[in-house]
Amino acid sequence: MTKARTKSFIITTLIVAAGFFLLANLPNIIDAFSGEGGDNVIHVVDKSGELVAQLQAQLEQSDSEIQAMPTDLSEEELKQGITEGTIEAYLIMEAGDALSARYVSESANEIGAGREVENAVQEIQTALTAERLGLSGAEVGELFLPVNFEREAVSNSSKTEEEMSQARGLVYILILLIYIAVIYYPNMIAMEVANEKSSRVMEILISSVSPVKHMFAKILGIGTLGIVQMMIFGIAGYFAFKTSASELTEGFFSVMGFSDIKVATFLFAVLFFLLGYFLYAVLAALLGSLVSRTEDVQQLMLPMMFLIIIASLIAFSGISMPDANYVTVTSFIPFFAPLVMFLRVGMLDIPIWEPLLSIAIMLVTIGILGWFGARVYRGGVLMYGSSQSLKDIGKAITLGNKK
Amino acid sequence: MTLIVDHATKKFGDFTAVDDLSLKIEEGQMHGFLGANGAGKTTTFRMILGLLDPTQGNVTWNGKPINYETSPYIGYLPEERGLYPKMKVEDQLIYLAQLRKMSKEEARKETAVWLERFEVPHYADKKVEELSKGNQQKIQLIASLVHKPSLIILDEPFSGLDPVNVGMLKSAILDVQKQGATIMFSSHRMDHVEELCDDMSILDHGKIVVGGSIREVKRNFGKQNVRLKMDQDLAGLSRLPGVEKYKETIDGALFQITEESTAQHILTEAMKLGQLRHFSIEEPSLEEIFIAKVGKAYA
Repeated sequence: MTKARTKSFIITTLIVAAGFFLLANLPNIIDAFSGEGGDNVIHVVDKSGELVAQLQAQLEQSDSEIQAMPTDLSEEELKQGITEGTIEAYLIMEAGDALSARYVSESANEIGAGREVENAVQEIQTALTAERLGLSGAEVGELFLPVNFEREAVSNSSKTEEEMSQARGLVYILILLIYIAVIYYPNMIAMEVANEKSSRVMEILISSVSPVKHMFAKILGIGTLGIVQMMIFGIAGYFAFKTSASELTEGFFSVMGFSDIKVATFLFAVLFFLLGYFLYAVLAALLGSLVSRTEDVQQLMLPMMFLIIIASLIAFSGISMPDANYVTVTSFIPFFAPLVMFLRVGMLDIPIWEPLLSIAIMLVTIGILGWFGARVYRGGVLMYGSSQSLKDIGKAITLGNKK
Repeated sequence: MTLIVDHATKKFGDFTAVDDLSLKIEEGQMHGFLGANGAGKTTTFRMILGLLDPTQGNVTWNGKPINYETSPYIGYLPEERGLYPKMKVEDQLIYLAQLRKMSKEEARKETAVWLERFEVPHYADKKVEELSKGNQQKIQLIASLVHKPSLIILDEPFSGLDPVNVGMLKSAILDVQKQGATIMFSSHRMDHVEELCDDMSILDHGKIVVGGSIREVKRNFGKQNVRLKMDQDLAGLSRLPGVEKYKETIDGALFQITEESTAQHILTEAMKLGQLRHFSIEEPSLEEIFIAKVGKAYA
């Protein structure tokens, strides 16, 4: 029913999929570009003469690529070296009661290297102090023993802190996807309907098949398209992360909770994506049928956009406190439910009847809206005129009415 | 396969677009539908197509209501061009034919035949928006005929076309009629209706003011024209009894009369004035009838 997709769609899909690969491999790519650049030599002005060797040893111990090299140049000469680009950074160390060091580099952006050096210097300081105090290595170790601090929640409905942070990343991404989908695809529907109206092909179409059939075919068609596109993105994203499998992405996986994929969360995501899509798609088709020109679509879509944006605000703010009252209440309001109820399902262990009730409410709403939308659509597609406001809904129903 | 519109009325709120309209078009006939802008032609077509339901009355074709089950047998050309601007001509025609339940292969075949017939086969791979208005109209007409409908509704099929293309489209429509299709079309051009149609009706403010076969309509109009071509001043003749209207033309004058005898009277009087180059009794043109009935100057 829906016409074959255009080139632009395929290209968009490919670009986004390629974007995933790029994003996932970004660290590798950056490495590839910057790996050869720096020779990572740090010039050290050390008046005592003993500290350089210690620093070098420390840096090696912490797997750093930075080479500490003693220098006899004066500070002025070193500064000039930096300005001229022959020297990357230098360090001035002075031994005293406490070790003091000054790290100078071209710009303050190179925090990374500075921090490594700082850590190394700190280690040396610790060792020196320990030596002075006569502490053994084991005693030092004891001193810096990390505290054993755990959080536990008493409530059954809340997940443990660890689970929460794991779920949070996943839920965040999925909510974002649903949010984009319920904005993007229904918009597409409204645009297409308005397009078919403004090009007047609508009259031919609805004299061939009934407007109601046309409307639902359009919604299904674009829905299928959306699912296919989302699947391509999903698969591309998955493979992108797999192929890039660097340490960083693995770290990313575990932080985002992907290593512990919850099938239920994904199923709910798909379910809420579909429900949210249908809900807003019917609304969009209804609105699209009211305008005569594509230029007017955005204006009429505005109220619907507000609904989605409010839903997303609730959902995103609710991520940090999913058991807040307002989140619970809005998760049962059909227009907010796809995002908010999914948030609760993903973040909390709520009784199964809650999402089911929310889904049922949404289904009923979709049904009512579908019935109502079909009535408006029937008349709306025949209506041409300059006025385009929600008042036209009434006119459209009268026009489409039987008898 | 008779199309019957039975006392159909369509009201939009307080406004009556079509008022108690009755029509009957026999199978294989071509019916011309005339009316000023806003007279209710498109609304009538929409009711016939089932896009709008009449407030009162009903429309039947072949004794049955027209709905989406009958859509494969109906062809429709809307007044405004309605095609996907960004879709290729051939794909578009095939798609629209498929919507009317024609198989893809057959649609492809028919599309090629029609494009050939309208001398535009090279447009098959072009987007509609790249075509000129006249060529778009050809494609539009193909879209309404390609699935071999037996009831064809054409809303202003000849608008925006040059005379050569009008002729091409006319002959195509006549061919389809010969194959047995019932055709109803509206036009602003009386000469097209006069040339193509068996029956006609004139719609004004949602009512049929004149209807029937063209010959009947003309006869019932009860007026004839007398055309005189001579160089003398003919204004005096306009005062003869029985002359309803008098109009000077470049090479003579035109008299509107109601009685045949008046024509004889004009002739004898004219011959007294001098040399007569031309004398004829003409049937009234549809345009005259239209203007007389609808009461507006109208081209």
